[in-house]
Amino acid sequence: MTHYLDFEKPLAEIEGKAEELRAMARQNEDMDIEDEAKALDRKAEQLLKELYQTLTPWRKCQIARHPERPHCQDYIDALFTEFTPLAGDRNFADDHAVLGGLARFNDTPVIVIGHEKGNDTKSRIERNFGMARPEGYRKAIRLMEMADKFGLPVVTLVDTPGAYPGKGAEERGQSEAIARCTEKCLQLGVPLVSVIIGEGGSGGAVAFATANRVAMLEHSVYSVISPEGCASILWKDAEKMREAAEALRLTAQDLNKLGVCDHVIAEPVGGAHRDRAATIEAVKNAISGMLADMANSKPKALIQDRRKKFLDMGSKGLAA
Amino acid sequence: MNWINNYVRPRINSIFSRREVPENLWSKCDECGTMLFHRELSDNLNVCTQCGHHMAISPRDRFAGLFDGGIFVEIDVPQPVTDPLGFKDQKKYPDRMKAAQKKTDEKEAMLIAEGDIGRTPIVAAAQDFSFLGGSMGMYVGNAIIAAAERAVELKRPLILFSAAGGARMQEGILSLVQMPRTTVAVQMLKEANLPYIVVLTHPTTGGVTASYAMLGDVQIAEPNALICFAGPRVIEQTIRETLPEGFQRAEYLLDHGMLDRVTPRTELREELITIVRMLMKKSPAIKGDLPAPGAQFDDTPA
Ligand SMILES: [Zn+2]
Repeated sequence: MTHYLDFEKPLAEIEGKAEELRAMARQNEDMDIEDEAKALDRKAEQLLKELYQTLTPWRKCQIARHPERPHCQDYIDALFTEFTPLAGDRNFADDHAVLGGLARFNDTPVIVIGHEKGNDTKSRIERNFGMARPEGYRKAIRLMEMADKFGLPVVTLVDTPGAYPGKGAEERGQSEAIARCTEKCLQLGVPLVSVIIGEGGSGGAVAFATANRVAMLEHSVYSVISPEGCASILWKDAEKMREAAEALRLTAQDLNKLGVCDHVIAEPVGGAHRDRAATIEAVKNAISGMLADMANSKPKALIQDRRKKFLDMGSKGLAA
Repeated sequence: MNWINNYVRPRINSIFSRREVPENLWSKCDECGTMLFHRELSDNLNVCTQCGHHMAISPRDRFAGLFDGGIFVEIDVPQPVTDPLGFKDQKKYPDRMKAAQKKTDEKEAMLIAEGDIGRTPIVAAAQDFSFLGGSMGMYVGNAIIAAAERAVELKRPLILFSAAGGARMQEGILSLVQMPRTTVAVQMLKEANLPYIVVLTHPTTGGVTASYAMLGDVQIAEPNALICFAGPRVIEQTIRETLPEGFQRAEYLLDHGMLDRVTPRTELREELITIVRMLMKKSPAIKGDLPAPGAQFDDTPA
């Protein structure tokens, strides 16, 4: 069953009607509904196109968080071979919100790291809804060091509401872990490419996305704070998330203009969840392209390239 | 003090003179309630003389107390694009900026300067919580980069006093990317083998804690400073339980291995001089009255 977002309600009605007709026809062979059902299909298709042509930033946030959107594990399963998960920070625990390990991408060995949100109640709880604890960042640091040592490119897949705001996470140095992970990204003498596949939530995202190249799926978002959080602070009303989402300029399109996102990956009409295979294929092409760009770069040049990218960032605003 | 008058190097383009503090004004300590003379309080670096409570101190006042003779030279910060996103909530961002500038009489939330502490040349940066919560936007990022570059150029340590509610939301993603940008600044110091000392002051939270404020060679905090990634209210909402006494305060962090030291503001200057001189392999600091400039003293590496 498709999960409809609130703004997709009219669409749900049309698609529901078409489905109902077809169900009736299956029960009753004399009924000829095909013309009518097809008309509804066309109407739905048209409406879907219209809805997705004019998405507000808040609607994009909703799509980015869609429960059926392909998640980190889906990309790893489809795009990488010989994935060998590597666990633990060697200090405290293994953080299940962060997946990581050795894998092959187009036959080339790489380290892949990403946030995993889970896809049902049980796995969501196990994955802590993609909110990493210090152990997750420290695991990532460990894997990045391994990549650096053996000269393997690093691919990160970003999809997190943010780093976990919990008691233990704070006690074990959430800030320090994020700071060190960002620092590690900047030190790597191997290509680091990042794809924001859903939500890029604040410091928890930047710790993985301090990359040579950052691509974003068309309806993914990347922001300093969630629209709800921003609204409750600046508007003193969490319900003003639509306004906040607008003001924060968190869409892939705006971030591309700001030079934070290098490449926007087109999604199928209706969002990544409506055609997961096509989305995953598009992400594959983007990663291939980004890695190919840096295939012959020397370690020093890669570090310099990453530094320069971030030092230059923000030199022009959106108005330019 | 007489030697200071004729001790003006050509590079000095701004000399701070302590702002006049009215003699007869009182101020109440928000911790113990004692009424304190403004003068008494400012002479004690805004630390309550009764209970030791650390109140906020502006970067300018901090530098006046930190540098020898209160003398420091401000370092220019490259001015970033103003209001890069055209941000508007209930107020326009440029209006919030103007109000903050008027309130603090400062341009932005960070002041950077060079000068001597105990005759030890340093570069210092201090964040101003009273300026839009000290929030880290492009200007603060540029300031930290400029401070690091200057420290590398002069081969000096960088001492940074942090104070911030986090990133500046009104600059959206461009505030978030100050986390990696400022980390690049820290790396410049590291590669030049120059000490980077962080003094965390109340409060230091969010993306600031999760970047340059946690990457010092030595991490010192002022007593009772709130230091965290997620604030206590956010955590209480998430886990729905009351947090322990002193949670996320400097002493709690010290206990959990996140800091090297917790040092009262009144003792910080001496401590910083001691640490920096050891890291720079200089002879021990001269205690007591300093000889007048021009007099010979040994400042070569030990
Ligand atoms: Zn007091």
